[in-house]
Amino acid sequence: MIGILRAYIGRVYKEFRGEILVLPSKTIVLLFCLLLFLMPLITSETYILRILILASIFAIFAASWDLLSGFTGQINFGHALFFGVAAYTSALLNLHIGLPHWLTIPIGAVAAVLAGLVVGVPCLRLRGPYLALATLAFPLILTGIIYIFPNITGGELGVYGIDPLSGSRLIDYYICIPLMIGLGFIMWKITGSKTGIIFHAIREDEVAVRASGINTTKYKLLAFCLSGLFAGIAGGLFVHFMRIAGPTSTLALMVSFQAIIWAIFGGIATIYGPIAGVFILVPVTELLRAMPEIRMLVFAIIVLLVLLFMPEGITTWVRDKIEKECPRCKIRNIATRKTCRICGADLD
Amino acid sequence: MIEGIIINGIISSGVYALLAIGFSLIFGAARIINLTHTAFYMLAAYLIYTFTRSFDLDPVLSIIISIVAVTIIGVLVYKFVIERVRAHEATVLIVTIALAIIIQEVVLLAFGGHFRGVSSLISGYATILGVKVTYQYLLTFGAVSIILFGTWALLMKTRLGIAIRATAQDRAIANLMGINVARIGMITMAIAVVLAAIAGALVAPLFTLTPYMWMHPLIMVLAVVVLGGLGSIKGSFVGALILGFTETLVVFLVPMGAFLKGAVALAIMLVIILIRPEGLFGVSFEEER
Repeated sequence: MIGILRAYIGRVYKEFRGEILVLPSKTIVLLFCLLLFLMPLITSETYILRILILASIFAIFAASWDLLSGFTGQINFGHALFFGVAAYTSALLNLHIGLPHWLTIPIGAVAAVLAGLVVGVPCLRLRGPYLALATLAFPLILTGIIYIFPNITGGELGVYGIDPLSGSRLIDYYICIPLMIGLGFIMWKITGSKTGIIFHAIREDEVAVRASGINTTKYKLLAFCLSGLFAGIAGGLFVHFMRIAGPTSTLALMVSFQAIIWAIFGGIATIYGPIAGVFILVPVTELLRAMPEIRMLVFAIIVLLVLLFMPEGITTWVRDKIEKECPRCKIRNIATRKTCRICGADLD
Repeated sequence: MIEGIIINGIISSGVYALLAIGFSLIFGAARIINLTHTAFYMLAAYLIYTFTRSFDLDPVLSIIISIVAVTIIGVLVYKFVIERVRAHEATVLIVTIALAIIIQEVVLLAFGGHFRGVSSLISGYATILGVKVTYQYLLTFGAVSIILFGTWALLMKTRLGIAIRATAQDRAIANLMGINVARIGMITMAIAVVLAAIAGALVAPLFTLTPYMWMHPLIMVLAVVVLGGLGSIKGSFVGALILGFTETLVVFLVPMGAFLKGAVALAIMLVIILIRPEGLFGVSFEEER
């Protein structure tokens, strides 16, 4: 009995060493997740926990942009629509019907999926810059609608008095962080699956994908809906954490641009890139609160300089420094290796 | 009211047309979605404010200095920042939006967030068909017409214009025909920034100046170029007329129209591009592989 258990543990450990510890990037991700889980042991400062909770919510949001725009190349300038639709749906259901948050957040996410269809279907005919600029219009039109029905939507002030996620900061933390890691992992798995490969192929050459007998329309809509789902979860979490849904915090042009800034800063078409981008830039933004006058200026200069020197984003740049791709079998190897760990071909 | 709609409609259409043509040109010649574009317009208006108020320069002189200064800044930014990341389409978006935020914040630091105003170049008004129209509006109208005509002539009648249009149609072939594509990109950027700066100079006496005044025009310019068709000058002009007048009509006729003007204009843009995905006068660009 004990022998079987030991053999099993040994196998798990071997798998773990072979799959995760062998690549520095996966090791970094593992350490980062462990650090996030243990953070409340290191500090119980509610302010730091608050920043990390917000960062994890925005990480889901930025990663969902990446899933749509980074992978399928359908650049979405109006990603705030999904966030805002879910936020308002959750907020209004909670406030007026009194549904608990474990119901309003999924319903909000479903509403965001529908929003994904509403945007996705008409935009199927558009490509490139036309698509980017058309998607820009949706959240701004919704903002206009919110402004003209102030007695339902709260107008400019927004909806407030929403139930909190939980009573305590610590429980909030242990809701948001595992959720972020779990959803991030799911998105990463999606991008590695057959669907993800088709998304990738659509970005590279849509005509060729269609010529291979793949229904690109279906996959593009799927990308819009999946992205809407994850962004919607983020929107619902955000509204229950902040306890207010306002047009400027959920639907404004800057919310969409923020998602794009985080994702591109971190490195697009990676999923972990946008998450890293958020966990770098959100704390930086908070640190800059110490000097409110030049906060945005410093933020913009940091983003600009980083992108000038690492135009593909920070994680892609780091990954290419610490890992090498085998020229023969395309498996990634740690940069210190001379030969590929799978096929034994000479690296570089 | 009708005269108000017509005057304001013409002015805002004219400004959007100037901005949108520049935006469209630089998209055509260099395939760059330059989100900094309207920030140059804001910067020009603020520079004119500085030169007339703080340095007490002659208004005409300060307009010329401002346009030249903004153009130099624009070309430098293109050369040293945008050109370097040109290959990465998504990065260009973020770099240009970061540049716009930098310009906004620098202006905010230098002038504060208060509303500012620039005095009119000329005072007084004329009476046209029984309606009082200030000379400043007439001047703006005249200037917009002349500049739009000038840009059209430049693009259609000169060798430079042909080179710009050729580059916009097909970069690779233009290069093979001996056109210096990189230099055309830079010249187009200069022309686009000059147009934006002129638009800024024209609105400075009419609108209040704030460091955030680039945001709304940016959205409208994006809508105008998409509506008219990216890369088409005629499209930008027609699109600007449609959206400029829509906005003015909504503001004048609909209760709480100021909140809705953007939404209605964008909804119209959406409807049009859903019917015609390439915009009204869209040039379909060669797929670049």
